[in-house]
Amino acid sequence: MKIVHFSEIVKAVKTMCIEANYYLPEDIYDALKQSERLEESPIGKDILKDICINADIAKEDHIPICQDTGTAVFFVKLGQEVYIEGGLLEEAINEGVRQGYEEGHLRKSIVENPLYRKNTGDNTPAIIHYEIIAGENLEILIAPKGGGSENMSKVYMLTPSQGIEGVKKAVLEAVSFAGPNACLPVVVGIGIGGNFEKCALLAKKALTRDIESSNEDMRMAQLEKELLKEINNLGIGPQGLGGTTTALAVHIETYPCHIASMPLAINMGCHVNRHKQVRL
Amino acid sequence: MDKIINVPINKEEARSLVAGEKLLLNGVIYTARDAAHKRMIEDYKEGKPLPVEMSNLAIYYAGPAPAKPGQVIGSCGPTTSGRMDLYAPQLMEWGQTMMIGKGLRNKAVIDAMKEYGAVYVTAIGGAGALLSKCVTEMSCIAYEDLGAEAIYKLTVKDFPVIVTIDSQGNNLYDTGKKEYSK
Ligand code: SF4
Repeated sequence: MKIVHFSEIVKAVKTMCIEANYYLPEDIYDALKQSERLEESPIGKDILKDICINADIAKEDHIPICQDTGTAVFFVKLGQEVYIEGGLLEEAINEGVRQGYEEGHLRKSIVENPLYRKNTGDNTPAIIHYEIIAGENLEILIAPKGGGSENMSKVYMLTPSQGIEGVKKAVLEAVSFAGPNACLPVVVGIGIGGNFEKCALLAKKALTRDIESSNEDMRMAQLEKELLKEINNLGIGPQGLGGTTTALAVHIETYPCHIASMPLAINMGCHVNRHKQVRL
Repeated sequence: MDKIINVPINKEEARSLVAGEKLLLNGVIYTARDAAHKRMIEDYKEGKPLPVEMSNLAIYYAGPAPAKPGQVIGSCGPTTSGRMDLYAPQLMEWGQTMMIGKGLRNKAVIDAMKEYGAVYVTAIGGAGALLSKCVTEMSCIAYEDLGAEAIYKLTVKDFPVIVTIDSQGNNLYDTGKKEYSK
């Protein structure tokens, strides 16, 4: 058994909130650099250049890449052999968010009741997804998620007969619908299967994958490639102002599902596709 | 070459800008998001004075991150403009000539732009750090209780934007996409 103290978690989460919002992951940065070279539209090229400069400035000055420092979304893997001392895991994470968003001068973007909209003042509560795993590790991944791209995400309850073509059609429709509002170029997270809520979670998780990675199933990896090409052929381009870079990557995650259904979720991840992981 | 524009601009100047042009804005702009727009319109209905002079106004749809010590403003990129579509035509009727944001606008907004002589320019969504460097002064002038969503007066220097929908209704979102779709 391993003991992890409440205060250790608070400290780690606080640092993660700040670092995830200041420093763009290198894989995303490299993908943006490469797209800047390949982009055919002159305006699009300039935009991609500015997006990279923006990330450089944030890194150098230690300031948020984007003012929307997001909902604090966490994926937590808790080893069965871990004992948390000094308080609840959930409270530790929220305390870390509270401290991180305050000390890091991050924007607090969470409102209490969605209909009455009073700001909670400290960006809590976080949205936390837990997974219990074997062993003695506590892994915490943060993926701060901006509202602009989140608002353009979609769930489709497709039927099995719609097949691959149905998935493609829905994804292209969702990207076209998202268009300029989602801060293009995007990473497109896709969840296929499971059920209504599971597919959405898969789509969100897909956004946290390394940008160069492909699905392990060759068939899904092929579909990722085809979709990326077809999305970029739409011409929507950086910021939606026309061009050949609409998406940087398409990531698909799947899960078994009911004989009657084929749920599909598409989560748009803007170019500030932040995430950061620690293991305690 | 980027065109240097002193803001605010009047209707004639707004009408002279063409979709696709890159501009560097210099002068004074005001931030307002949905909450501030909603309140301005409610205030007006209740007969209260408006918090800013509407004639020739340039509004930036943005809610900045808090400034760090020594910083004028925190990261301050644009927010999605579509959420202001409900309110924008009224503001243009009152005299607003420039909207700065990101993303699509509806037909009512574009019709109002044509009618009143206003222009829609976009800044890069997600480039909040870079844009914060183009703001030299900031002060809160109204609705302070709204926090990041209050109305801030910003003095900007070489603030980069792209004319996205002009007052003739030319729309770079449509033409740009058409040009590059395969
Ligand atoms: S969608 Fe992303 S890049 Fe755009 S404003 Fe929101 S967090 Fe920033």
